[in-house]
Amino acid sequence: MFIGHFTERPYQDPDSGYFGATGLPIKDLSLSNEIYDPILGSALYNRYLDEKVYAEEMGFDGLMLNEHHSTPFCMGGAMNVEASILARITKKAKIVLLGNILPIWDDPLWLVEQLAMIDMISKGRLVSGWVRGTGRESVSHNAPPAYNWERFQEAHDFIVKAWSEPGPFRWEGKHYQYRYVNPWMRPYQKPHPQIMLPGVVSRDSIVWAAKQRIPYIMLATQLEPTRQSFQVYHDTAKEEGYEAGSQNFGYLWKVHVDETEELAEEVARKFVQGPSNPFLAGNEGTANPALLKLPGLTSRRRVLPTANVATANRGGQLSRSFEEQVEDYTIISGTPKTVIPKIRHVLEYLRPGSVFFWDGDGAMTHDDQMRSLRLMGEEVIPAVREIADELELRSPFEVSPKTGEPIGETSEEAAVPTGD
Amino acid sequence: MAVSEGSFKESRLEVAGATIQMRTAGEGRPLLLLHGELGFPGWMNYHKTLSASRKVYAPSHPGYDESQGIDWMMQVRDLAGWYLEALDDMDLDDIDLIGFSFGGWIAAEMAVMDPSKFRNLALVAPTGVKPDEGEIYDIFLNLAPDYLKEAIHDSNSCAEFELICPEEPSPEMLELWEIGREQSCKLGWKPYMYSLSLKHLLHRLKNLNTLIVWGREDKIVPIDSGRIYQESIPGSVMQVMENVGHRPEIENPDEFSKLITTFLDSK
Repeated sequence: MFIGHFTERPYQDPDSGYFGATGLPIKDLSLSNEIYDPILGSALYNRYLDEKVYAEEMGFDGLMLNEHHSTPFCMGGAMNVEASILARITKKAKIVLLGNILPIWDDPLWLVEQLAMIDMISKGRLVSGWVRGTGRESVSHNAPPAYNWERFQEAHDFIVKAWSEPGPFRWEGKHYQYRYVNPWMRPYQKPHPQIMLPGVVSRDSIVWAAKQRIPYIMLATQLEPTRQSFQVYHDTAKEEGYEAGSQNFGYLWKVHVDETEELAEEVARKFVQGPSNPFLAGNEGTANPALLKLPGLTSRRRVLPTANVATANRGGQLSRSFEEQVEDYTIISGTPKTVIPKIRHVLEYLRPGSVFFWDGDGAMTHDDQMRSLRLMGEEVIPAVREIADELELRSPFEVSPKTGEPIGETSEEAAVPTGD
Repeated sequence: MAVSEGSFKESRLEVAGATIQMRTAGEGRPLLLLHGELGFPGWMNYHKTLSASRKVYAPSHPGYDESQGIDWMMQVRDLAGWYLEALDDMDLDDIDLIGFSFGGWIAAEMAVMDPSKFRNLALVAPTGVKPDEGEIYDIFLNLAPDYLKEAIHDSNSCAEFELICPEEPSPEMLELWEIGREQSCKLGWKPYMYSLSLKHLLHRLKNLNTLIVWGREDKIVPIDSGRIYQESIPGSVMQVMENVGHRPEIENPDEFSKLITTFLDSK
């Protein structure tokens, strides 16, 4: 089992009421950065980095970052900058990027270089996820959404080749052309860092991940449609002639632990009170309908069972109440005693080899987050490891998603020492 | 020759390596009509009037409506080049050409590449050049019905508005809009809806009889783009229609058709 920590690093502005549910609306593309306060931004960036360092201390295997653009619900507009810092100031945990938004890069050689540097500085701790990005990403970086999927695939193939084959070589593709590919940096891990594919909506993407035997991480949706979507991966794997296992699946959802049940509920309610991603289940915020329908961004027909959850235009309302989300495990909060059995249920239901606890978001404070991280480390993480062992849930770092074989000391994938 | 409503022929045409939807009506000199960014708008009053005195060809561009898409086509100039080949295959020469909005851009690119192929050119509120004043409305950041409402100056007094933008569009119509938006996105996302070089090439149209039509109340393509077209094409004439927006052919089909017919008959 691989256990990661995630927060979307919201731009929390108490003066605004935090945006979202309790403050200014955060409808995409409707909020001017005129009100952005860099002093506040500075404090928040440092806070979120501190929390990641503490998450490592408390035993998390992975420190997950993500990237969005032009929105207050995620400050990771240049996620690789944060990852670079973590590469130097943390020691053991993997730095899990879920992920770089491939189609918005006109020059993906920058990614080849940046990520190889992060992998070397971290001594082989990079996990490099790719995403296609939402409409706001295509708009912010002016990348043609109708070519999103083609660019995603070509950029992936290009980056993997540049990481794993000696240069120089030429790349004459449809969307990317280079006459001299020979970056003076190679990834620390051989043949290259583990790639993951997080997603919610696209059937094309999960099928692609299954064909490439890349672990698929479902982001914060309800359990039943998630299981149905995983089945698409399983079915594709069968067609490809292999059996997918827990190493091929990951799940990210909201988990908060606190000292008392009362405090846990009070704090967990903040998940839905601050700035939040209107694309993910249960959050506040108004999705911009034109962005949801950006031409060609996602196939209109080939969507996953989770797509409706992700693309409903909520009109500023919660699609489901906090109570409903607690009821169906979309949010798990409580003391370790009550949280652990609920996590067990999720593990039994979805059988993921990787989980990411999404915490410290919305209107939660630094103290809220630190209490939860401490309790996670003291009680929850050890218990989850035991449950995962009992359920034989293996991570992609224990069982190779490429071969289905345990990763031994001599295998290529384990050839790289991690940390010091 | 009077043409009753709906009397056009629709066919699948294999041309220049693709199968496209083609609609034809009338007899006489060939007139090619190139639709805008959302695809073929339906057989409208102006189609009927224009086909009364000439043979109208109204295709759906490759990748629009039910026309086959072409993978290598990534710019408007690619599509324009394809269309010239299509005209060769159809044995059409010395024809009249009208392009609407995005179709106007395609028409201008075609004419620039091969002016001798055309007898008359009319550009109706074409995209394709960057206005000095104002910005081209972003159709990709707005839903199709919102765009269409913005394109019409006064939808209440526009008889055909309900046809191009019904209160409750059918699923088929919604899908065709999305297909059109996706293909326009492939061709016109960046730079958005203009070419940096087209205006410098327009001088090639110096011997082509060219009319530029604009609605005074156009909120989609600034009228300043019309000025640039007109100034870049020696001898061209710009006609501004009052009280209409971006779709003069829909908002005032009588005046529009009269303007076009007079222009086409002048040479």
